[in-house]
Amino acid sequence: MSESLILRVVTKWLVPVILLFALYVQFHGDYSPGGGFQAGVIFSSGFLLYALVYGVDATTRVLPEAVLRIGACLGVLLYGGVGVVSLIRGGTFLNYSVLAETPVAGQHLGIILIELGVGITVACVMLLLFYTFARNIPPQ
Amino acid sequence: MSLLLNTVLLVFLLVTAFAVMRVKVLLAMVMLFGLYSLLVSSLFVVLDAPDVAFTEAAVGTGISTVLMLATLAAIRHGHSAPIKPGKRALPLALSLAMGALLIFGIQDLPNFGEANSPAYREVAQHYIDKGQQETGVPNLVTAVLASYRGFDTLGEVTVVLTAGIGVLLLLGRREKVHLIARKSNE
Repeated sequence: MSESLILRVVTKWLVPVILLFALYVQFHGDYSPGGGFQAGVIFSSGFLLYALVYGVDATTRVLPEAVLRIGACLGVLLYGGVGVVSLIRGGTFLNYSVLAETPVAGQHLGIILIELGVGITVACVMLLLFYTFARNIPPQ
Repeated sequence: MSLLLNTVLLVFLLVTAFAVMRVKVLLAMVMLFGLYSLLVSSLFVVLDAPDVAFTEAAVGTGISTVLMLATLAAIRHGHSAPIKPGKRALPLALSLAMGALLIFGIQDLPNFGEANSPAYREVAQHYIDKGQQETGVPNLVTAVLASYRGFDTLGEVTVVLTAGIGVLLLLGRREKVHLIARKSNE
């Protein structure tokens, strides 16, 4: 936790930009470098910066640990769910071509969904790791 | 230009690696590790692998540096074990043997950038020719990772989740464990 006014103000300005950039990397990963994994890490680093400057307790008020635990599992569930849906629709596991009318549209939809699953899981696990590590820091 | 860039980056990489070994202060060591990751990610950019560079910069330089700093803060009051002089022969021999083994193993790899290596001859050609047509995704890396190799990526995400669960089980709330133990005692 930092008492420095400059750090506090800059962090407040920087966190939304980092989160926005993470969303850009997440949903623009089809066209430019990036994807779910990178986006998840960047998204979590936004909250990490907040936690470093304002303290972990302030961050857990925004993102409680219970939410992160559910989110971490939800991401994998979304990924596997896409696979199961493609099974139900008559394709093989994780064959996105059957998800929409045309194979290419199905592929696009499937890729966006599973990248979202990857992003959610990675972001939640990274923050969970940080919370767990930070809780073991003895008070000054 | 690329040669100059590679040389500069590799020299910096070597200097950083030696600095990590020589530095005694753990905080400086963590910072140097971050710098090391940043240099590696720059090398990936030079090698035309921006997706990997992105991951390395975000994970190696960002998250793991912060996690290491958190660990340092957590063990601040921990006991330190000074390295006794004269006990360096065995680690040195082990490192040298491991390095020799790795260099021996490299001999069997195809040469750097060789067009006839198995990696380029088999499915890669299909991905490059048909990738965009079949998936409609211009970024080939995403197409391979998310669609062609979707099952592998599912495994990777599961690994991330499992690692998180493992850390939570090992370092998670201690009070809860005590509470459960007390309840079972009553």
